[in-house]
Amino acid sequence: MKIGVLALQGAVREHVSLLEKVGAQAIAVKRAEQLADLDGLVLPGGESTTMGKLMRKYDLVDPIVEMHQQGKPIFGTCAGMILLAKKIEGQEEPHLGLMDITVKRNAFGRQVDSFEADLFIKGVAEDFRAVFIRAPYIASVGPEVEILSEVDGNIVAAKQDTLLAASFHPELTDDVRVHQYFVKMVRESLDKKQSVGV
Amino acid sequence: MRQTGTNRVKRGMAEMQKGGVIMDVVNAEQAKIAEAAGAVAVMALERVPADIRAAGGVARMADPRIVEEVMNAVSIPVMAKARIGHFVEARILEAIGVDYIDESEVLTPADEMFHIDKTQFTVPFVCGARNLGEALRRIGEGASMIRTKGEPGTGNVVEAVRHMRTMQSQIRKVQNMSRDELMTEAKELGAPFELLLQVHETGKLPVVNFAAGGIATPADAALMMHLGADGVFVGSGIFKSENPEKYARAIVEATTHYEDFDLIAKLSKDLGTPMTGIEISQIRPAERMQERGW
Repeated sequence: MKIGVLALQGAVREHVSLLEKVGAQAIAVKRAEQLADLDGLVLPGGESTTMGKLMRKYDLVDPIVEMHQQGKPIFGTCAGMILLAKKIEGQEEPHLGLMDITVKRNAFGRQVDSFEADLFIKGVAEDFRAVFIRAPYIASVGPEVEILSEVDGNIVAAKQDTLLAASFHPELTDDVRVHQYFVKMVRESLDKKQSVGV
Repeated sequence: MRQTGTNRVKRGMAEMQKGGVIMDVVNAEQAKIAEAAGAVAVMALERVPADIRAAGGVARMADPRIVEEVMNAVSIPVMAKARIGHFVEARILEAIGVDYIDESEVLTPADEMFHIDKTQFTVPFVCGARNLGEALRRIGEGASMIRTKGEPGTGNVVEAVRHMRTMQSQIRKVQNMSRDELMTEAKELGAPFELLLQVHETGKLPVVNFAAGGIATPADAALMMHLGADGVFVGSGIFKSENPEKYARAIVEATTHYEDFDLIAKLSKDLGTPMTGIEISQIRPAERMQERGW
């Protein structure tokens, strides 16, 4: 199983190391041609405006959308979640526009308001130590989206079929459970592909 | 239940900046240009280092109005500089709500003995360093991010290269030492032992390490990435060049794709004149900003 981590900018190394810890082969991806033989993709934390610009400039948007259409799972953390969203509050255009969620950027405030807290994440963990850095949250979700976690009534993790999104940074702790969950999603997508004989 | 200002939160913020370019700006208009070019953060200043150098006199924290204007103009993080040791300037910047404070040798030091106790702040700090000992002293005081000092405002990358090479070579040396050599090494470097032990075990600084001080071209930025920088600060290099928008974009792309030389060649074409550089030997030792702080 080969999972890419979009490496235009941000916390790439941390995702690679956690993915390897849970038994996946992980590679840092900067170019469209590197996407072709991946089974899944992680969009890391960083600055969404920077990543969005570089994604467009280096023609990565369509190939990533294509990966999604082929049923390959994509996991976005923080900025990565903003890249996945269909709608970004206060902004006309989304980046990838794949996931039926509306996100609010810097929703918890500026850096002095950044925090860590223990979270219940449905199907993942009862007590996940989550690190929020100038984090966005999900202001609203479409009917197909399953809410996995909330902080004070704000949605901070969600899943829609093969798409997984988190406001926080599971890559900043040693806790592998969220990455384990994503790798399981990738494995299921591979099994499905095999069973229909694609 | 919510914990703010933890090491993880403060250092994590710097982790999110990796592979990116942080640009000096002096007003909202420049901040917007930087954001549009793909900067991961901006440093709000009253004057860029080249102008501070030219103006002489005492350089202080920027007018809070300028910092606030920049904060209101962009959605990316905003950093601002406080004088070395000037914890009240730092408290003011924290009160305004800046995302990162640079306790910076670019400004005139306020204290010749002590740096700010950065552990007492919720806002994270970045500090300059010329070598491993200096970096670990700053981290010991609570810095959550390190950058090379280089020689700011010169457009001359030689000092940033020297500082990055020194740090990386010292890290490699410490990593390969036997454990019983570490205490003496800590004494020699003037570094906290516990932090040196971490470097020995992990082979890297415990925080993100950016390049800064004299970076003026896309090739300079890529050079620093090859030497092990996690990202780059560009001070005067962008808005003192002939075509800031083009320079800013090219430096961002060269930082991301620092291993793609065909691309950097393309990015470097027709950029116009870079900022005017200064040969380091022409700056009197007493006027070298890197000598400020210890």
